[in-house]
Amino acid sequence: MTTVARPTRSQIGRSHPRLDAREKLRGQAQFAGDLLAPRMLHGRVLRSPIAHGRIVSIDASAAERMAGVVCVLTGEDLRDLDPYYGHAIKDRPIVAIDKVRFHGEPVAAVAAETKAAAAAALDAIAVEYEELPVVGDVEAAVAPDAPLVTDRPVVPGLFHGLGELPGRDGNVSYRYRIDRGELEAVVARADVIVEGEYDFPAVYQYAMEPHTVVAQVEGDEITLWASCQHPFLVRAEIADLFRVPVANVRVIVPFLGGGFGSKSYTKLEPLTVALARKAGRPVRIENRVGEAMVTTRRHNMRCRMRTAATADGRLLAREVECLLDTGAYADNGPRVTATAGDAAPGPYRWLAYRVDASCVYTNLAPAGSYRAFGATHLQWIGESQVDEVARRCGLDPLEVRRRNLLLPGEEVRAGGKPLDADLVGDVEKVAEAVGWGVPKPPLVGRGVSVGLLAAGAHPVSSAICRLEADGRAVVLVGTTELGQGPRTAFAQIAAEELGIEPSQVTVRGADTRFTPYDRSTGASRSTTLAGLAVQRAAADIREQLNAIADATGHDRRDLTGLMRRHFGFAGGELVGRGEVAPKGTGSYAEGPVFWEVCVGAAEVEVDPETGFVRVRKTATCADVGRAINPQLVERQDEGATMQGLGNALFEEMVYEDGLLLNDTLLDYRVPSFEDLPDEMTCVIVENGDGPGPYGAKGCGEGALAALPAAIVNALADAGVPMNELPLTPERVWRRIKELEKEGQWQT
Amino acid sequence: MEIALGVNGREVRRYVAPQELLLDLLRDSLGLTGAKRSCDVQVCGACTVLVDGLPVSSCCYLAADADGREVTTIEGLAEQPGFERLEDAFTRHAALQCGFCTPGMLLTVSALLATGELESDESIRRALAGNLCRCTGYRGILEAVAELAGVG
Repeated sequence: MTTVARPTRSQIGRSHPRLDAREKLRGQAQFAGDLLAPRMLHGRVLRSPIAHGRIVSIDASAAERMAGVVCVLTGEDLRDLDPYYGHAIKDRPIVAIDKVRFHGEPVAAVAAETKAAAAAALDAIAVEYEELPVVGDVEAAVAPDAPLVTDRPVVPGLFHGLGELPGRDGNVSYRYRIDRGELEAVVARADVIVEGEYDFPAVYQYAMEPHTVVAQVEGDEITLWASCQHPFLVRAEIADLFRVPVANVRVIVPFLGGGFGSKSYTKLEPLTVALARKAGRPVRIENRVGEAMVTTRRHNMRCRMRTAATADGRLLAREVECLLDTGAYADNGPRVTATAGDAAPGPYRWLAYRVDASCVYTNLAPAGSYRAFGATHLQWIGESQVDEVARRCGLDPLEVRRRNLLLPGEEVRAGGKPLDADLVGDVEKVAEAVGWGVPKPPLVGRGVSVGLLAAGAHPVSSAICRLEADGRAVVLVGTTELGQGPRTAFAQIAAEELGIEPSQVTVRGADTRFTPYDRSTGASRSTTLAGLAVQRAAADIREQLNAIADATGHDRRDLTGLMRRHFGFAGGELVGRGEVAPKGTGSYAEGPVFWEVCVGAAEVEVDPETGFVRVRKTATCADVGRAINPQLVERQDEGATMQGLGNALFEEMVYEDGLLLNDTLLDYRVPSFEDLPDEMTCVIVENGDGPGPYGAKGCGEGALAALPAAIVNALADAGVPMNELPLTPERVWRRIKELEKEGQWQT
Repeated sequence: MEIALGVNGREVRRYVAPQELLLDLLRDSLGLTGAKRSCDVQVCGACTVLVDGLPVSSCCYLAADADGREVTTIEGLAEQPGFERLEDAFTRHAALQCGFCTPGMLLTVSALLATGELESDESIRRALAGNLCRCTGYRGILEAVAELAGVG
């Protein structure tokens, strides 16, 4: 066989227009709420009005007699199942059984012929509660005599991925600890010690499409059309819960109206399946925004940290203790806690560090994944302490980072993947982009931040590529399109391998009956892992074509001609298979697949009269190895930048005694056009050092972790150091008043 | 009650409940699912449609109030001459990601372009503040709209 040089890379590094632009712009793109199953009913969920209580009685008889109502589901209907689920810890009932543990927990669900009938029936269900003491925050949860949120033992879920899960300790469901070096001895040598207590708020992902699921149960076959990021993991959990073979569960994923982690793992699916099972007809449940907020959210956190350094700005040691509030059920809390623990030291050359991160149950709504979890929680704290070290040592914060940042190849975490990025180069680029070192007016500050995020999750992905007789290709891959553009990127990759145009490649969404296995869409993994599977599947076809060309002497660039020669007629297809599997066990301890860089810079201006902080400039670094589609890379970073800005400046779910007070977008504010900084720069770095196709690695999350940290540092540079997010005008104004009293405020 | 309205240039007669929302009429009765439900409180703009040429949040607009009026949804806008210009600008600037806010965004933009009030970056930011986008970070949309409005 003659080997042929790979064709020039004409499709990679090209900002090809999104292939889904037309259908999305014309309102033709179908989301789960746009789909109608034959004979479909409308489901609504009755939710707990209290944060913690015993259910004394539920009387749904009046509701069930109402016109148009088909059935009402309660905990009583689950007696034939082990109704507890959770991919990490099986601690959550499909619908409340005996107790409610958070404000908004599903207590019953109605299936009716119309939305109006379903809504009316909710009001007719009578529930009597006996209120129990509310565990309202993490400090209360870990107090010695705290009431228990759950008394169930830890039952590991199918996909916790954290090795041996220890038992629950009071309200602590999981604990992640690292102890490196002789902490106290190293701290004793320090010239500078910075320490503080910090608060990070609960945050709502606000995917604009709230969770939506259509479920159909026919015998032991279950079909779901779901707004989910991880269809294969949902399939497994549904099969496990309802005791059917995995292959009998079919999960079809249409377009998603955003995800950002809020649609990762299993959310509304078990409840919708249980309701459809009882109704005997397909049912759709659509969350409203207020319901989405109590379905999942970002963990709020309390943290104590201290950082020790020498007088010349050499970082020596760090100690971190943090309590992450996972709410009433673990959801992805254990993984968030481990990732937070890994992010806590920051990417520096420490002599010693100690991390103690706890995942704590409270009577708040469950918390799970949100873009750049863990890193976003810790980076603003660690990086503000690095800046404080720089201030006390009289050094430029950028210089302190140059002296201490890890270099490529150095150990990040014992036993894990060494650093695979040039952090010093990255931070210098973003600093320059916001005018580092250029004189600035009073009340303006600049900050940079650097961090790492364990990315890739478990490295199992596969893809199938079919080359049709007309020379066009179809890629079957389980990645979910939630806005980030994988269909376009995968079409470019397949086109590159086959020597055709991206517009000749069809990539649609996951249907677990037909698309091969992909672990999940999240952790910035899709381009790197599913993209690699797509590349291998298309390359498999290219090899088959080359073999046909060698055997027949036909021109290897003439795809349709080669197909015709091979099959002897105008039909047939070539099928290519691509697979990505772990080299070791793929465990979290051996990972990550790659370290996602979280590097950003900001310039802010503070108004001391009002406490209002305006972000003037931002810069982020998309250290992607190789940008398959540079424009889509930039848009990923820009979206993450705005979410980071919201997280830093005003986004906060406000609770009082376990009750969520701001459950609408009227009082939970997300960034709008008017919050757009004057300058927003995304620096793309392409060092070819990623494990994905053409040296690519993922992006899109790091900027969200980097931005709040850069903004906090910029505000401190402007004179206002803060230890609590978000940086609302009131908080900033009060801090300025404190500083004035202490004589530390100069304008 | 019975109402008669124009939807994308065609006359529609329907019996609606007094409290029925225009969004539900469009999505559930007429199958026009381009208008999206998100915030329910007139903040996000995903449900935006044009009523007599002006953008309204159909999640907070009674179907009965559309009686005798002309409603334009994204499905109708996409058929109008000049839509390709919007489509081309949004596509080249990658001014969309998940696409959930996109129909409402385009309807608002089309109405604003018609009035000629988009005179600067500032005015675009102010005028579009009622249409949220959680994915793009707004910059691509701003670039596309500035180009369409001939600004900058």
